[in-house]
Amino acid sequence: MLKVDPQDKARLIDPLFKAGPSFWLTAAALGGVLAWGVKMYLRQMDLGLVTTGMGRPAYWGIYIVNFIFLIGVSMAGTVVTAVLQLTGVNWRRPITRIAEATTVAGLLVAGVQIMVDMGRPDRLLSLLVYGRLQSPLLWDVASLTLYLLVSMFALYISLIPDLGIVRDNLPQHVPGWRRLLYTSLALGWRGNREQWLRLQRLVRIVSILAIPTGVSLHTVTAWILSTTLQPGWHSTILAPYFVVGAIFSGIALLFILVTIVRQISGVRFYIDERHYRKLGWLFITMSLVWLYFTYTEHLTMLAGQDAVEWPVLASKLWGADAPLFWAMLALMLLAILVLTLPVLLPARLERARFFRPRVTAASATSAGVAFTLVGLPQVLPVAAGLGITNLRPGLLLAALALTVTAAISALAWLKAHVEAHIVIASVAVVAGMWLERWNIIIPTLTHPRMIAWASYTPTATEWSLTAASFALFMLLMLIFFKLFPAVSLWEVEEGRVVDTAQSRLEIPLPPQSSTSIGSYPAMPRR
Amino acid sequence: MPRWAMVIDLDKCVACQACSIACRQENNTPAVSPERAAEGRAIRWNDVIRADLNNPEAEGAYPNVKPRYVPRPCMHCSNPACVKVCPVQATYRDEDGLVRVNYNRCIGCRFCTVACPYGVRYFNWEAPSWDPEMAQHLNPDFVSEGGSLEGPAVRPKGVVEKCTFCIHRLRKAQARASLENRPFRADEYVPACVETCTARARFFGDLSDPESTVSKLASSGRAFRLQEEAGTHPNVIYLREG
Repeated sequence: MLKVDPQDKARLIDPLFKAGPSFWLTAAALGGVLAWGVKMYLRQMDLGLVTTGMGRPAYWGIYIVNFIFLIGVSMAGTVVTAVLQLTGVNWRRPITRIAEATTVAGLLVAGVQIMVDMGRPDRLLSLLVYGRLQSPLLWDVASLTLYLLVSMFALYISLIPDLGIVRDNLPQHVPGWRRLLYTSLALGWRGNREQWLRLQRLVRIVSILAIPTGVSLHTVTAWILSTTLQPGWHSTILAPYFVVGAIFSGIALLFILVTIVRQISGVRFYIDERHYRKLGWLFITMSLVWLYFTYTEHLTMLAGQDAVEWPVLASKLWGADAPLFWAMLALMLLAILVLTLPVLLPARLERARFFRPRVTAASATSAGVAFTLVGLPQVLPVAAGLGITNLRPGLLLAALALTVTAAISALAWLKAHVEAHIVIASVAVVAGMWLERWNIIIPTLTHPRMIAWASYTPTATEWSLTAASFALFMLLMLIFFKLFPAVSLWEVEEGRVVDTAQSRLEIPLPPQSSTSIGSYPAMPRR
Repeated sequence: MPRWAMVIDLDKCVACQACSIACRQENNTPAVSPERAAEGRAIRWNDVIRADLNNPEAEGAYPNVKPRYVPRPCMHCSNPACVKVCPVQATYRDEDGLVRVNYNRCIGCRFCTVACPYGVRYFNWEAPSWDPEMAQHLNPDFVSEGGSLEGPAVRPKGVVEKCTFCIHRLRKAQARASLENRPFRADEYVPACVETCTARARFFGDLSDPESTVSKLASSGRAFRLQEEAGTHPNVIYLREG
C-alpha cells in the first residue's frame, strides 16, 4: 500500500471521482462542437476540398496554419519540462504534468489537421509504403511520430508512480473500470528502491531524447516551407524562427492552461504566483528573441526588394495582408509591453495616486468616447457651430494620450497581479502566434511567381473544422485531467523530501578568516 | 534515349488559345464555370497567360499598349522542383525525361503544386464533371504501367494532374513501331497542342539529336527559358518576341 499525504489526496485524488454539472456541461459543449466538425468533415470528404476556400494559387490554407500552430504550442511542453528536469529546477514539479499533457494533445490534434487537409486521406498509409525520405514531408512525418512517441512515453512514465498511489487510495465507491484502469496502467508499481532507480534513469533518458526530437520537429516543419523556392519562404532563418516561435507560443498556452486548471480544481494550492514569476522570465526572454527574429527576417526582405519577394512583403506591410500582419505585431507588442513594463516600474512610484485602477478605468472610458467621436462620419454640429476645424485631429490626439494614460496607470495593478498580467500577455501571444503562422503561409501562397495573385478566405467548413480541432484539444485535456492527477503527486512529494534533505545536508563553505575584509558587512550566519 | 523538348516561338504565337482547347479535348480536363474559375478551381494544362501577369502597367498605357502572351504547358524540367518534394513518388521523372503523375498514388498533399515555380500543376478540388453530351465524347486513352494510372484517364477528386506532353500519343507511336518491327523514330509523335497550333509557333522533338528542329531552334539567339534563375532547367524553350 502506497501512502499519500491526506492534503494531496483531498486536493488531487478525490476530485478525480467527482464530476459536477459544470464538467458535464463543458464536455457536452465541446462534444457538440466536435460532432459538428465531424459532420462538416464528412461533407468535405464527399464533395472534395471544393468546400474550402482554397484554390489555385492558395493551395494550402487554414488547416496548415493550424497544423504549424499546434506543432508549435505542443513543442514547448515536453521540451521545457525536459530542460527544467535536467537542470534540476525544483519549482517545475507542479507544472510538468500539465505541460506534458499539452504536448501530447497538441500533437494528436496536429496530426488530425494533416488528415483533414489531404485530398486523399484514404491513401494515408502510402506515406509508409511508398514514402520517399528525400521529401521534407516525410521528415515531418518521421519527426512528428518520434516526438509524439517520446512525449507519450514521457507523460506515461511520470504517471506510473501516481497511478500506483491512486490505485492504493481510491475512494469508497468507485466504478470497476476505473479500478481496473489504474491497476493495469500502474504496471505493479510498489515504489521500492529498485523501481525508483529505474524510473529516475528512464526519466533522465527520455528528457535527453525529448529536446533534440522536439527541436527537430519544428525545424523540419519550417523546412517544408523553406526548401521550396517560394518567395518569402526560401529563407535560412525560417527553421530557428519557427523553433523560437514554438517555444514562445507554447509557454503562452501553458500559462493559459495552468490558469484554467488552477481555477477549476484544487491545484491552486500547488501552483502560485511564484511559478508565474519564474516561468515569466523565460516568457519575456522568448518574446524579445521572437521580436528580434521577426525584425531580422523582414528587414532583409525590405532591404533587398527582390522582384519576387518584394510583392509578398509589400502585401504584408500595406496590401491585402496588412490588417492581419499589423494585428499580429500589435498583439505581440502589447504582450511584450504588458510583460516588461510592470517589472520596470520603480517601487517608489507605485504608491502615487496616479497608479489606481479608477484612473485607468476613467481614462480608458474617455479614450473610448474620444475614439467614437473621431470615428463618427460627420463633423459634430457643436464643432461646426464653433467653427473649430482642428477638432478631429485634436480629438484623435486626446484619444491616443488617454489610451497611453490608461496603459501607464494600469502598470501598478499589473505589477501587483502577476497572474493576471501574464495571462493577458499569454492570450495576446497565442492569438498573435496563430496570426504569425497565417502571415507566413498565406501571403506567400497568394503571391506566386507565375500565377495571377489572389486572395484566400476560409469558408464555413474550414472555420468549423478549426473550431472542432480546438474543441478536440480541450476535450482531450478535460478527459485526461478527469482521469489522472493534474499535478504530479510523486514529484511534489519528492520535492518536499529534497527540500528537507537540502536544509539538513547543506555543504558548508570554508569559514571566514578572523581578519575582517574591507567594507563588506559581516554576513549573518544561518 | 530521346530528350523530349518543346520550342514555342512567341513571334508567331497569336494567342488564339487553340492549343488550350486541343489539350482540353485530348486530355479530358473538365471545363468549369467562370465563378469556379475565379475561385481558382479551373484546370488548364496548357494555359495562355499574359507575360506581365501581376503588373498590368508593364503592357503600356493607351495608345502605346503592347500586351504579351505566353503559352504555358508543363516545362518538364530536368531538375524538377515538384519531383523533389513528393512524399510518395507519385510524381517522377521517367527515363525519357518526362515529368509524370500517377493518379493512383497521389495522396493530394499539394506540396508539388506549392513547390512548382511555374504554377503548372493542378489539383482536383472536386470530382470532374462534363455536360452530358461532352461526357459521351471523352478521350478513352490512358496510360497504365504496373498498376499506375496516367495520361488522359479521368482523374478522381483529390489528386494532382498536369501536362504530360501527351504521353499516350508517345506510347501509341512506340507500339506502332514495335508492331511494324522497326525502331521508333523521335519525329513519329507530337503532342496535341503542337499538332493544332494555328500559327505553327510550336515545335516538338528530341533535344539529344543535334539535327532535330528543336535542337536547332534552341541554339537560336532568341531562345530563352522561363524562370531560369530557379535552377529547374526546363525543357520548354521560348523564342523571344522581336
